[in-house]
Amino acid sequence: MSKYISFRNRSGKLFFQFDKRAVGVFLGLGCLFILLFLAGLSLGSTFLHPIVVVKQLLGFGTGEHSFVIQTLRLPRMLLSLLVGAALGVAGLILQGIVRNPLGSPDIIGITGGASFAAVVFIAYFAETVGMNWLPFVSILGAGVVSILIYFLAWKKGISSYRLILVGIGMSSIMGALTTMMLVFGNAYTTQQAYVWLTGSVYGASWESVFAMLPWVLLLIPLTLLFAKTANALALGDSVAAGLGVNVQLNRFCLLFISVALAGSAVAYAGGIGFVGLMAPHISRMLVGQSFGSLVPISAITGGLIVMLADIVARTAFLPLDLPAGVFVSGIGAPFFIYLLYRNRNV
Amino acid sequence: MTYLFSRTSSRWLGLIIGILLLIASFTSSIVFGQTPITFNTVMETFWSFDENSTEHIIITTTRISRAVIATVIGSSLAVAGALMQALTRNPLASPSIFGINAGAVFFVVLAVTFFSFSSLTQYMWIAFLGAGVAAIMVYLLGSFGRDGLSPIKIVLAGAAITALFVSLTQGLLVINGQNLEGVLFWLAGSVAGRTLDMLVPILPFMIGGWLVALFLGHSVNILTLGEDVAKGLGQRTILVKTLMAIVIIILAGGSVAVGGSIGFIGLITPHIVRGLVGSDYRWILPYCALYGASLLLLADIAARFIMMPQEVPIGVMTALIGTPFFIYLARRGFSKE
Repeated sequence: MSKYISFRNRSGKLFFQFDKRAVGVFLGLGCLFILLFLAGLSLGSTFLHPIVVVKQLLGFGTGEHSFVIQTLRLPRMLLSLLVGAALGVAGLILQGIVRNPLGSPDIIGITGGASFAAVVFIAYFAETVGMNWLPFVSILGAGVVSILIYFLAWKKGISSYRLILVGIGMSSIMGALTTMMLVFGNAYTTQQAYVWLTGSVYGASWESVFAMLPWVLLLIPLTLLFAKTANALALGDSVAAGLGVNVQLNRFCLLFISVALAGSAVAYAGGIGFVGLMAPHISRMLVGQSFGSLVPISAITGGLIVMLADIVARTAFLPLDLPAGVFVSGIGAPFFIYLLYRNRNV
Repeated sequence: MTYLFSRTSSRWLGLIIGILLLIASFTSSIVFGQTPITFNTVMETFWSFDENSTEHIIITTTRISRAVIATVIGSSLAVAGALMQALTRNPLASPSIFGINAGAVFFVVLAVTFFSFSSLTQYMWIAFLGAGVAAIMVYLLGSFGRDGLSPIKIVLAGAAITALFVSLTQGLLVINGQNLEGVLFWLAGSVAGRTLDMLVPILPFMIGGWLVALFLGHSVNILTLGEDVAKGLGQRTILVKTLMAIVIIILAGGSVAVGGSIGFIGLITPHIVRGLVGSDYRWILPYCALYGASLLLLADIAARFIMMPQEVPIGVMTALIGTPFFIYLARRGFSKE
């Protein structure tokens, strides 16, 4: 009996392969997700009994808690899930592209570009045109910076190490420019921008959930289509080329998906770091190296991380509602050091 | 390969040019600014100080301390950068890229938030501690594994450690908003608004660091031939490397304690200097001290004028100059290694 379940269309262009273990792991994580989801809806400044929550969700509720559940908590949980999923997959793709376990949107400057654009927007334009344009601006920032990185790293093709190095350089200049904006801004915008930079799903609304949803629903399945080439690319440029993969084109497409995912996540939740780093690694520990099964697992793991961080951030220090990003870093930092040690031979 | 100063006599000449350049930029740093001051007034301040003259007061209270601090930080960062590039055999090594600045900043913010430390002497020790922790982490993470200390691995480890400390710092600042304003300008890196009193407790360490660095030149030359060769020539490589690491931590940590996070001086200067004198560290290190100081002084002067009347934090200024250079180096690749 094979370890894998494979799907292939007749021409062989489309191909998915799922590790059987991945299906089990996915179901397990799904259960964890439901538990966390219920916990997230019950916990908060007013505690609601989980049964009340379930009743309300299924439409049998008395209606007295509908504001707390449906307007405040539910969109927030869903947005956390979407943001985490986007960041997890974005990180997974980047780690594959740069062939290094430390690749993640926040390290190679994509988040930095989005943050700089967002801070400029908050400081100069937010009052005149309104905060709802923020997501577009930050996706634009992420896109522009990634194109810059791509072209600056181009030298008869892209090599993964040039991409990382140029990315690190861009990330530091973006950091410097962001700091400059913060220093020049007035105290209120500075504080606001800082909370945004740390990353928070505070004040999530149904509009942001529905705005974020298409990105995730479109891009994550699209990533699956590239699973075959991503697996080949992981073996090295020359091996992939030998296997008949157009290395530059596929790398560009994958990079594009990754940027769009990271950019949209940053747009709605700010600079939540380390998710793009942690989620793919946890997934690899769970299901191994096959890209096809890593994509869904990374997505759900990323979502769980952000959800958990947000629940802790808004309940641990009541009545304070802290940015989730603080706790993602709190979990992320020790994990990250462990990771660096574990991957020392990669 | 020929360099601008390739013979011994011309190397001394280059050193003298470096000193002259330093004096010129030091003087310019005192003369130029929001209140223009003539050179004669500067001289008058020294010969006959007049308590009622605004210009004299500006010179003594702000300009001179600012110029001195920029000189000290500039040369410390440049020397630290040169030593790091030799130690890790990596052209991209420098305190800011390797997360040393971020580490020092995080530890200081941590101390301010939880232990309400406020005196600069305390800052200094904490900044040293942070610089040391970050440096050791990056070095260990970069050198773990089969292929040892590969350039790309250590740069990534540095970037990752930077990301780590930066996000933790952000978290702390969000939790404790009152400190944000004050800490932020310091974080951005600046040589303004610091008095010479802040430098005094650190200066002896810095001078010690410079002296050790100058005497290390010959040993560093041997070490750059490769660890095995150095051992074969009878060098106690562990001792030399440890000394280098201590000097790097003192110089970089001390600079952060006084000036906040000022990046890229340590990256650019050694490369410029190598273009001038070649790869002999007996010359590179003193050249770095001189030219690094001039570079930071000039960057500081530019930071005053670029967005008049506001001042750009100098850390931003050096990042703007340094990043294109970093990307150029990255594009050129490691073919020389």
